[in-house]
Amino acid sequence: MAGALRCGRRWGDSLRVGTDLVQIAEVAAAVARWGDAYLRRVFAADELAACRRAADWDIASLAARFAAKEAVMKLLRPDAASALAWTDIVVQRERSGAPAIRLSGLALPLARRAGLGPVAVSLSHDGDYACATAIANCRSLTTYPENEKGKK
Amino acid sequence: MSKQQIRQILQEHGKFPAGVDALADDADLYAAGMTSHASVNVMLALEDAFELEFPDRMLKRSVFESINAIHAAIAELTA
Repeated sequence: MAGALRCGRRWGDSLRVGTDLVQIAEVAAAVARWGDAYLRRVFAADELAACRRAADWDIASLAARFAAKEAVMKLLRPDAASALAWTDIVVQRERSGAPAIRLSGLALPLARRAGLGPVAVSLSHDGDYACATAIANCRSLTTYPENEKGKK
Repeated sequence: MSKQQIRQILQEHGKFPAGVDALADDADLYAAGMTSHASVNVMLALEDAFELEFPDRMLKRSVFESINAIHAAIAELTA
């Protein structure tokens, strides 16, 4: 058959981005209602240490970290049957003060499967809302059509 | 453990814009408006009501995606 389509495969890079918006009052209500049960299920020890104040919590910072976790989940794109704990995605602070993401547990195979590189994240909060955006390079095999003579 | 108990928990903690009365047992709760943070509250309320803890392997969308799915998960944990 003339003009048969041949396809090749090659590694290609693309970007994935995720963003999330959280109502700070919802996090405040959850802390008030569930206390440690909420805090330990959602946040890692170093996240809680970063958000602890003398007699209370920096709720806006907790909310921003929750938004960051959700933003990273959107990069990982777990299907409905993939388990992922909120504490498998941890927001850390670098020496510069910039936020960084540490993946562990169930997040690691998801990131590997997706071909994700290091995740960059930015957090913010103002008034009633906290938000975060995460971005990562995604390296995956892509197909491309070759012409009938096999040229790329 | 009844689906009605689950419905009550969803009504109180799921923050569904139109409530849960009209939701079928197999309706997609996320499509009905349950946000990620609301799902945390739902999970904690279920754990409190049924005196159980969802293990990490069950922290997946499919476990909390419908009343039927939640009912099955609780049945598995309390068997």
